[in-house]
Amino acid sequence: MATTQDTLHAAADGRKLNDPAMLKRRYAAEWRFKAYGLGALGIALFFLVVLFYSIISQGWTAFLQTNIKLDVALNEADFQDADGQITEQSIRVADYTKMARDALQSTLGLESPTRPEKRDLRGLLSRGVDVQIRNKIESDRSVIGQTVPVWVLANGEVDALIKGSIDRNTPEERRQLNNKQLAWIDKLIAEGRLEKQFNTGLFTYGASSQPETAGLAVALIGSFFMMLIVALVAVPIGVAAAAYLEEFAPKNTFTDIIEVNINNLAAVPSIVFGLLGLAVFINFMGLPRSASLVGGLVLSLMTLPTVIIATRAAIRAVPPSIREAALGVGASKMQTLFHHVLPLALPGILTGTIIGLVQALGETAPLLMIGLVAFVVDYPTTPLDPATALPVQIYMWASSAERGFVERTMGATIVLLMFLFVMNAAAVYLRRKFERKW
Amino acid sequence: MNNKFFAMTAAVAVAGSFAFANAASARDQVQIAGSSTVLPYANIVAEQFGKTYDKFKTPVVESGGSSAGLKQFCQGLGEKTIDIANASRKIKDAEVKACAEAGVKDIMEIRFGYDGIVFATDAKGDAWALEPKDVYLALADKIPVDGKLVDNPNKKWKQVNAKLPDWDIVAYIPGEKHGTREVFEVKVMEEGCKASGAYDLHKAAAGDDEKKAKKAAEKACFKVRKDGGTVDIDGDYTETLARLQSNPTGVGVFGLSFYENNTDKLKVATMSGIEPNVETISTGKYPVSRPLFFYVKKAHIGTIPGLKEYVEFFTSTKMIGPDGPLAEYGLVPMPKNELDELQKAVKSEEIM
Repeated sequence: MATTQDTLHAAADGRKLNDPAMLKRRYAAEWRFKAYGLGALGIALFFLVVLFYSIISQGWTAFLQTNIKLDVALNEADFQDADGQITEQSIRVADYTKMARDALQSTLGLESPTRPEKRDLRGLLSRGVDVQIRNKIESDRSVIGQTVPVWVLANGEVDALIKGSIDRNTPEERRQLNNKQLAWIDKLIAEGRLEKQFNTGLFTYGASSQPETAGLAVALIGSFFMMLIVALVAVPIGVAAAAYLEEFAPKNTFTDIIEVNINNLAAVPSIVFGLLGLAVFINFMGLPRSASLVGGLVLSLMTLPTVIIATRAAIRAVPPSIREAALGVGASKMQTLFHHVLPLALPGILTGTIIGLVQALGETAPLLMIGLVAFVVDYPTTPLDPATALPVQIYMWASSAERGFVERTMGATIVLLMFLFVMNAAAVYLRRKFERKW
Repeated sequence: MNNKFFAMTAAVAVAGSFAFANAASARDQVQIAGSSTVLPYANIVAEQFGKTYDKFKTPVVESGGSSAGLKQFCQGLGEKTIDIANASRKIKDAEVKACAEAGVKDIMEIRFGYDGIVFATDAKGDAWALEPKDVYLALADKIPVDGKLVDNPNKKWKQVNAKLPDWDIVAYIPGEKHGTREVFEVKVMEEGCKASGAYDLHKAAAGDDEKKAKKAAEKACFKVRKDGGTVDIDGDYTETLARLQSNPTGVGVFGLSFYENNTDKLKVATMSGIEPNVETISTGKYPVSRPLFFYVKKAHIGTIPGLKEYVEFFTSTKMIGPDGPLAEYGLVPMPKNELDELQKAVKSEEIM
């Protein structure tokens, strides 16, 4: 039963190996150690579960949005310009908000509503309904002259009520929706005209001051551009620097200083990179503010040390015998590096790179200084256009007053977490796939 | 993996970043930065502006605070700098000077409305009726007791005013970097300081020089207690609301618009018997309010497409009038004659 090692330990302690009391103690010590480990793991898991639970339970409703079905009467007269013609421009400027309000009014059977009633009616519809109806007509002009059913967005407060974040039992004077509006909403629900549908707007709208028309599109495009730039800038530079340092650079004080500084750089607070980006890229190089290009470059600087450190570790893990064999059959140092060392180090490099990208994707602080914490409505088409990033959008929504932004904050967090999860899973997969054992 | 691939990637990346740098083209949209209080209003206007005008892009609005916005504003002229700074306070003389030094000389000042600052408690409690004096006696660092200034001994609101509930004094007030803090100091603390008699005591203690003593007394009046009775909130009102929810016997300071969006969670306190709402603030009855501004670089009008149109759109009755979306959000609109004057000034591009 006793291995050599046990014998040695016991002998060193000057005790007998088969002393039952000692055996018991050693088992107990091992058991305790395992219990501590399990406990630590349990605590970590517990907090993870609490975090996920609070995010998902508050955020899943953001993927649904309350819509109202309106039978909108599209009278030709409403689309004609001064000359009685229907042109692209006259379709663009038609008063869609009024059409939507009239449709809601007739749906609810109100003949001639009073002014306060009109205001209450307005309060049921989103301010974005005009664009929704216009899009429908611009995609198919033949509907002009008919009455067509259109699903339009309900106001954010109606949405909050349906999702339960506004309490019906709150006294009327302190509730965002009054009793009349509640009655109307109930009527619409009973007629099947008001229901929750999948919220495509969350992925197609840009920033908005109303929660129901606020979406992640600009942030997603911005984050995509930034990740692309980080991958194009930080990875080649980082890998080249690491390969040089590991394979070519002489080992002297100078390279030691470089090494220490790279490690230090990895621990610099990220806001410092934002300040640097503001000074260098915007003030000195004259790149535009709020552009994802600048964001990408700043994040590249931030990611660079991570990539260098990971790549160096991966290159170092390639056994020297590989290099010696390559050199032995006459390969040059560069051929050795590119033909043998880098391909073998690739899984480690990929893992490090993806971890660096993941870190960059979740960063807000450096972006604050270079104008990416902004209200951007239009889609960015190039990396020079104003954009935001996913974590920035979360930060901005978190500070909004309207109830609907609370769930959107959490919803956006879920989207961000999904991206992080996918990227981390990719890192694990790539490592497994290319891993070589020696 | 061959070496060409690596060389190519590196070359593309480096070339790409320089190509981008050179391709930085003329800016075709308005850029705005500044106060987080003005931000939601600017967002609403920017959004509507983008929808209304086909030929202009939607302006980009950055947050960050009045001072940060004005600092950027005063960096100079040209399309790399912002066009408009939002501010929840008037521009300071020092900032005007800094602007002029950087070449930003002609500045249009636009006061587009008012914002009320309210004290609110958790919705489940009773409604509060506050006086500036109560607030001062509860929150000040030193208060007068029997004609002498002493460290604030009050622990409960009831000790301050018998009508107030028997709650521990904990107030969540905006941090120093917020424009709201200044309004709180000037409109509440200073008033309360004078009403409680502390002002005269501070002044007497500060020396004989009338002018200096006045200044010192004002400064002393602004001092809040640091023994846990007040908590500075450096974040935004969402944080204040979260603090109130975890401590329902606290009192929070909010903007009127934030309160109006959360009437089911907050109960507003009256100040000197006046309930804060759009009417009482626009008529000036409710004392704790402040004007909201934005500042425009006149030199950018004509070079940045849509800037003039944006300013005119913002100041149109459709936007900041009493029935506009900004008033609906919580902006206190200005009286009609003021609005007329403002629109005239904008049209003629009047500068400060």
